[in-house]
Amino acid sequence: MAENNPFPGENNTGHFWDDNLRELANPPPRWWMIGFWVSIAWVVLYTVLYPSWPMPWQPADGDGYTKGLLGWTQIKEYEKGLAQVQEVRAEYDQQIAGMTAAEILQDPGLTQYTLASSKVLFGDYCSACHGSGGQGNPGYPVLADDDWLYGGSLDKITETITNGRKGAMTAHANILSEQEVDTLARFVVDLSEGGEGSPEAWALYNTKGCNACHGAEGNGVLAELPDGTIVTVGAANLTDAIWRFEPGGYDSARHTILYGVNQPGVEQTRDAVMPAFASLGELEGKLSSDQIKMLAVYVHQLGGGQ
Amino acid sequence: MTTKQGTSQDAAVDELYAEAEQWHVNTGGETIHAKRMPGKWRRIKWVAASVWLIYFLGPYLRWDGRQAVLFDIPNRQYHLFGVTVLPQDFWMLSLLLLFFAILLAVATALAGRVYCGYFCFQTVWTDVFTWIEEKLEGNPSQRRRLDKEPFGLQKLLRKAPKHGIWVFIGFLTGFSFVAWFYGAGNLWRDFFIGQANVTVYASVALFTVGTYVLAGWLREQTCFWLCPYARIQGVMLDRNTVVPTYDESRGEPRGRLKKGGAAQQRSTGDCIDCSQCVAVCPTGVDIRLGQQEGCITCGLCIDACDAVMDKIGRPRGLVRYASLDEIEGRPVKPLLKRTRVWVYGGILTAALIGILYGLSSLSTIDLKVLHERAPLYVQLSDGSIQNKYTLKLLNKSNDDLAVTISVDSAVPIELVGADKPVQARHGEVVPATVFVKIKRRDLNAESLPLTFHAEATLADGSQVSSERESAFFGPRR
Repeated sequence: MAENNPFPGENNTGHFWDDNLRELANPPPRWWMIGFWVSIAWVVLYTVLYPSWPMPWQPADGDGYTKGLLGWTQIKEYEKGLAQVQEVRAEYDQQIAGMTAAEILQDPGLTQYTLASSKVLFGDYCSACHGSGGQGNPGYPVLADDDWLYGGSLDKITETITNGRKGAMTAHANILSEQEVDTLARFVVDLSEGGEGSPEAWALYNTKGCNACHGAEGNGVLAELPDGTIVTVGAANLTDAIWRFEPGGYDSARHTILYGVNQPGVEQTRDAVMPAFASLGELEGKLSSDQIKMLAVYVHQLGGGQ
Repeated sequence: MTTKQGTSQDAAVDELYAEAEQWHVNTGGETIHAKRMPGKWRRIKWVAASVWLIYFLGPYLRWDGRQAVLFDIPNRQYHLFGVTVLPQDFWMLSLLLLFFAILLAVATALAGRVYCGYFCFQTVWTDVFTWIEEKLEGNPSQRRRLDKEPFGLQKLLRKAPKHGIWVFIGFLTGFSFVAWFYGAGNLWRDFFIGQANVTVYASVALFTVGTYVLAGWLREQTCFWLCPYARIQGVMLDRNTVVPTYDESRGEPRGRLKKGGAAQQRSTGDCIDCSQCVAVCPTGVDIRLGQQEGCITCGLCIDACDAVMDKIGRPRGLVRYASLDEIEGRPVKPLLKRTRVWVYGGILTAALIGILYGLSSLSTIDLKVLHERAPLYVQLSDGSIQNKYTLKLLNKSNDDLAVTISVDSAVPIELVGADKPVQARHGEVVPATVFVKIKRRDLNAESLPLTFHAEATLADGSQVSSERESAFFGPRR
């Protein structure tokens, strides 16, 4: 080939096509070669310093790859980032630790911090039943409204989260006649729509002992203490527009009267249990009192706190 | 022509041709050592370049007790004299970019790569760097000789001051750049006691090295091989664009000036092939080959040619700013009859009006309203419907403000949570939660429009306000 090279003295490889297309053997530019070798050196250095190469066997006490001289791991990187966040939060958390929920609400900055940070707690512990924004679910009360079974003050909310709640209502299927159940169910619907309730219905309500839990006025209030605190046993307010059990109305009322709430042995009874979050027992993720305090503020600010 | 005149002209011609051999067109293989000649365009070039002094001195300008122009990135505030621009107002930046993009287009359509020739930092810094080189290492032939010398202590000592000054200018460039963002006063203090952050040191280092390499070593190679604008601008020229042009009909056939030859006997054009236009070209191109990628339209070849024409007694303007139409003898379109001028001018004006409108109507407070979606609405015990809104209040003033929130609606409403004014810290976005309640009987549609108002009184007693439309949602009817 070389002897009949039509382009002698030109640094070509001796490969020709179509008379004059030929492959040249020019070296890449110097800067390119420098870059090339630096890249290779970089790879070598990198794999020495950082975890990289898989090993063909798994050592008894290792993970089967080279660890690198720097000892860098992703989890350490993550922990470093986490520590940075916690450093920022520590300042606020320390302040909150020494305050009551009511005091937190007095401070707009701390309130904002509490609302922002307990959003995650609410999502983890509360939203499964009560909805992401406290909008409730069938059978689980709405937290964003102003109707509270056990009270909507910060103290009451804290108490509810800490100890949990389990209401109870007797099943009246065997106690009341079909007609009495019908009268009471109509009475309850009437009250919820702003009606006065007929004297006969009120009489039945009182004689059958409904007032023992739902109060003399049917609003769930048993007594009001001089300081304004309302005493309840968690029985629903029958006079407001909000129904404890979906969908509300005559059928719901009738069902609750017939089968009660949380009655053992009654097949169709209403389930209404909230666990105690301060002592979830074997469940992981028991809430600390500070976390409960922050959640109380969060729930209080959802829209109906008192 | 008298003998004396003839002799002096002959000497000038000798001088011209003595160095003609060393000038040849740039093929990228060797460093361009351009000759520096005085002239009209040279002066204009210095004047245009001196605008860059603002870059170095600007950070020291004060206004209202702070740096007049400061792009405070950590605090997300951009101070332009009396105006403070926050990231929320950054739509103006897009108009500003549009303005400069079109400005580049209109300048290119009218006069070619004037930006490249007179104002581009690559051109200006290279110009200053080579000026320093000439002062320290002598004229182009001396420099070329020095370059060819073998490397040694002697050469190192001769070259070191130049590189020192180059690096120093590079450092100043980086330092001044960072000063626009960091605050000049703080930078002088923090930088030299080692208290500035890593970004500052990295930026200054990057600029120092970048300036040194680009203006000291790469020079015109940047315009040839790195710069995209050079390529973009090439396609923006048209037949009416005025660029430095060699008048071929007058110059050709070029021919060397003969000593003592009478002007009448000459059979050649006005170009005497002295190569002075190539000699002075900072990118090393030959303008006589016509408009080309290497030409940054700096006009230095015009100065050189005019000087030669003066010496040999021929009229100036063999190389001059001219359009293709003019050179080819076609009628030249007047400026205002060119569509491009009007279209570009229109876009420029629109962008400028937008920026001025934006700057003059910067509201002091800005209200955003986010409607809660989970739940969309809540029924309360008295049957009324409640909606939750998160307000985001941006306070762009320099004082903390007490902002009063109110709501306008067609039906009676109750606003909860806004009885106390919201304390809006300056330069920050403050969230606030409010509730709106509407009685069931007043709720005559599934959704109702609401208008939120935020009002505050500034320290000087003037009222500021912002409003935002939102909606109220109720159950499906």
